Amino acid sequence: MELDELVLLATLLSSLLPGVLIFILPEARVGLRTTLNLVGATAKLALIGLMMRGVLRQVQYDLTIPLLPGQDLVLRADALAMLFVSLSAILWFCTTVYAISYLEVAPHRSRFFGFFSLCVTATVGIALAGNLLTFIIFYEMLTLTTYPLVVHEGTEKALRAGRIYLAYTIAGGAALLLGAILLHVEIGPSTFDGGATMAARGAVSRTTLIAAFVLMIGGVGVKAALVPLHGWLPQAMVAPAPVSALLHAVAVVKAGAFGIVRILYDVYGIQFSASLGVMFPLAVLASITIIYGSVRALFQDDLKRRLAYSTVSQVAYIALGVSVAGPSATVGGVVHLVHQGLMKITLFFCAGNLAETLRVTKVNQLNGVGWRMPGTMIAFTIAAMGMMGTPPVAGFVSKWFLGRGALEANQPWVLLILAASSLLNAAYFLPVIYRAWFQTPHGEWPAKSGIWETRWGLLFPPLVTALLAVIAGLLADAPFSPLRWAKLIAERAYL
Amino acid sequence: MLGALAALESWKRDISSVSWAIWTIMVPLSAALVGLLGGVRLRQVVGLLGTFGTVVAVLGLTITVSYHGPQSLAIGGWTPPLGIALQADGLTVVMLIMSSVVGTTASCFAIGYFTDDQPYFWPLWMLLWSGLHGLFLASDAFNLYVTLELLSLSSVALVALAGGSAIFAALRYLLVSLFASMMFLLGVALLYAQYLTLDLSLLAERMEPGWPAGVGGALILFSLLTKTALFPLHFWLPAAHASAPSPVSALLSALVVKAPFYLVLRGWYGSFSAITSPSAEHLMAWLGMGAILWGSWQAIRQERLKLLIAYSTVAQLGYLFLAFSLIRVSSESEPVWKGVVLFAVSHAFAKGAMFLAAGSIQTACGHDNLATLHEHGAPLSLPLMTIGLASVALMGLPPSGAFLAKWLLLQESIRAGQFLMAGVILSGGLLAAVYSFRILQNAFPAPREETVKSPLHPMLLWPPLLLALLASLLGLMAHPLSELLEHGRPRFSVEESRATAIEFSEFP
Repeated sequence: MELDELVLLATLLSSLLPGVLIFILPEARVGLRTTLNLVGATAKLALIGLMMRGVLRQVQYDLTIPLLPGQDLVLRADALAMLFVSLSAILWFCTTVYAISYLEVAPHRSRFFGFFSLCVTATVGIALAGNLLTFIIFYEMLTLTTYPLVVHEGTEKALRAGRIYLAYTIAGGAALLLGAILLHVEIGPSTFDGGATMAARGAVSRTTLIAAFVLMIGGVGVKAALVPLHGWLPQAMVAPAPVSALLHAVAVVKAGAFGIVRILYDVYGIQFSASLGVMFPLAVLASITIIYGSVRALFQDDLKRRLAYSTVSQVAYIALGVSVAGPSATVGGVVHLVHQGLMKITLFFCAGNLAETLRVTKVNQLNGVGWRMPGTMIAFTIAAMGMMGTPPVAGFVSKWFLGRGALEANQPWVLLILAASSLLNAAYFLPVIYRAWFQTPHGEWPAKSGIWETRWGLLFPPLVTALLAVIAGLLADAPFSPLRWAKLIAERAYL
Repeated sequence: MLGALAALESWKRDISSVSWAIWTIMVPLSAALVGLLGGVRLRQVVGLLGTFGTVVAVLGLTITVSYHGPQSLAIGGWTPPLGIALQADGLTVVMLIMSSVVGTTASCFAIGYFTDDQPYFWPLWMLLWSGLHGLFLASDAFNLYVTLELLSLSSVALVALAGGSAIFAALRYLLVSLFASMMFLLGVALLYAQYLTLDLSLLAERMEPGWPAGVGGALILFSLLTKTALFPLHFWLPAAHASAPSPVSALLSALVVKAPFYLVLRGWYGSFSAITSPSAEHLMAWLGMGAILWGSWQAIRQERLKLLIAYSTVAQLGYLFLAFSLIRVSSESEPVWKGVVLFAVSHAFAKGAMFLAAGSIQTACGHDNLATLHEHGAPLSLPLMTIGLASVALMGLPPSGAFLAKWLLLQESIRAGQFLMAGVILSGGLLAAVYSFRILQNAFPAPREETVKSPLHPMLLWPPLLLALLASLLGLMAHPLSELLEHGRPRFSVEESRATAIEFSEFP
């Protein structure tokens, strides 16, 4: 096996091996478990850094393992894969630190961190997948490894949420499989090659190709929480905060959105999708999701559920960006993968802090909490500003490019959607910020148990990710920013 | 470097000169007979030695077939039609590997399971194993009947070991089995009367469409479908597999019901290829679809864990019988054929692991009632993890072998326009998810009281877990299995048909 192939495999193993080992560890071995987690996370970051340098210099990372005649497992690191995998790795690191602190005395930590690591392995596999078969393999693995995290608490509510989650995701997986096989029967085996195979052999039944498209987008749309397939997401909020943070910023929802990008750009190709006429309906669906999610968020009093509906809305920006043709819209959609990840994870970390430290879970309990937990609420405010599209936080950059892309593609109605959505975002975030800083608390807060407002492991991750969100916005034009990377992806897609 | 290569070549030659095929049958048979000479201790020790010896023999045969292609053995030096032959090609070897892996796991499990003196398990299990291997290697119709009988009778006796309600289930199993065997014998007799030979390869040459062959073939097919519990002939299976002792359930569901399927697969593209009809294949496909839907539905409704798993077997066996009609209509039959063999192996591993884990659960809790399993907490976490991994294969999710097989079956059914079949295959996966997660849900709630139970014997925990892990990862090993199956596989297209040269080697 060559070095390039080894790097790909090692990236997967850097979370798989710790995961498997952690399962066998007794509950009490906290130190060893923490070490395994952090060593794995650091190793993954190092390997990804290595691969990013290579991808910039047009090095080909490709690993093909034949499974059966005509079916290969293909791992490939291209620019889009690097974007997603680096997001996953960085945010995994932060979430690991956060989770270790959050679950300090919770039961079943070995089980939790074991599945946690497997979940990240699945996400990395999705990112590095080089063809539909590989994508499906890791996509289903993600479903299976996230279920135990959702039902971790073991309460009746958690089990019910888990059942709903499974019903949606396994049905979605079946739809994805069916669509992929339909495609395979029509045009034969293909890899993620920017639509080259489709362009060469796609002169067959349009109906079948459209049916396959609908099935596959439906399948990944379940995880991406496109309306009306989003029902599982608010229910899944019953999971512990690190799980919500991971699911909503990194793993499940982003995997779905990533799948939409891959199918549109690398299986069907932009030109072919346009000729099939599927991009406009997708854009409409994404817009409906954006508005619907924001409206539902307005009426949620539970903080995590408000954030859940906000996620439904925000992830649809990615789908909108890639379905509106044109480089700028693509850049906007793709870079929002990263930006929304950073901002949303901050928000969920903060929600977790509030719940864990002060037992605050509802918006109406947030009066004056900013003065009791200033660090947390500063991070929350920054992230919320970004969600609303306020410069210099990263969200502004994504919306700018989306708007510009809409104009370039002669679809000015998209601007209306963006504007309406920003207004709605303000409508459900500003009251939270106002309450936190400008209203007097109802009663006495529980006292601080140290010099920091909460455990340092809970405080620093949101501050770090909020800072990253600001940097991604401020230094958007710097060499290694997400925006530069998204531009590279768009360049390579449109050439 | 050259010296090493020469050494490797001579090692390959030496390996192949041993008649591994005979040893795969004789080792477990001897272990059974020797064990009968002594008491429980001796039987356990001899049984374990027999297990080890069988695995070595299977390995030897695998290496021989990999390097030298399909093997044929004339016992006593007498070639057919006077003598009885054994054959070993890629399919045989894959089946033998399947039985060895599951068999070894079951043997290890049995060490921890049968703590009270159970004098009959080991001899019966060794007899079953030798019958099974005899069946896989048989190339003669009467030999097949003998091994089928051996298999059935030892299975029945093993089921009855549990006592109580198992006796009734075992009796029903016995009656059904004997009836099916009579049909089989009748069919063989008809064929012999017509073609004057019992050797399978000679029958392949001589058979032609006509009523003796047709009726004989139909009788044999009916008998094998009964023995493999294809819907609606499955009625005897759930009670028998559920009430048997758990290692026995594992062996029955994983191996014993696969043997008749193997015979149908072998015969359909071998001895009986001249008389196979599309209508029979359609019938099997319909029955298979019925099995998937009915079996899964019944599994979802069960209150007891072992009954659920038994009905799951009924459902999963249905997938195997969809393949025949797909192979006929497909332009790429070879992958479908390999896919269905992979599915059989994947199911064997998964179902074996599941039943063994159910045995651990039953030992820990004293019962297998699904509704109250979650009260027991920690001792069940490993068995439930085992069931979780095994159900990945049952649901047909990657990276199990069943996923690849499902992909191939779906692909071919869509290509052939069989959308109902495609729908049933997909629903089967969804239904399997429903009943699998019914079991797995019990892993998460906190137990009501901290029950301090004695920890389970490690042999009850780790062998099934390893088997389940293997089942869930089998898809990654599909390529080597596919290469192995190439040796002596049926040629599906005219271009591929070429006379397979049979080399007879003499039994020393």
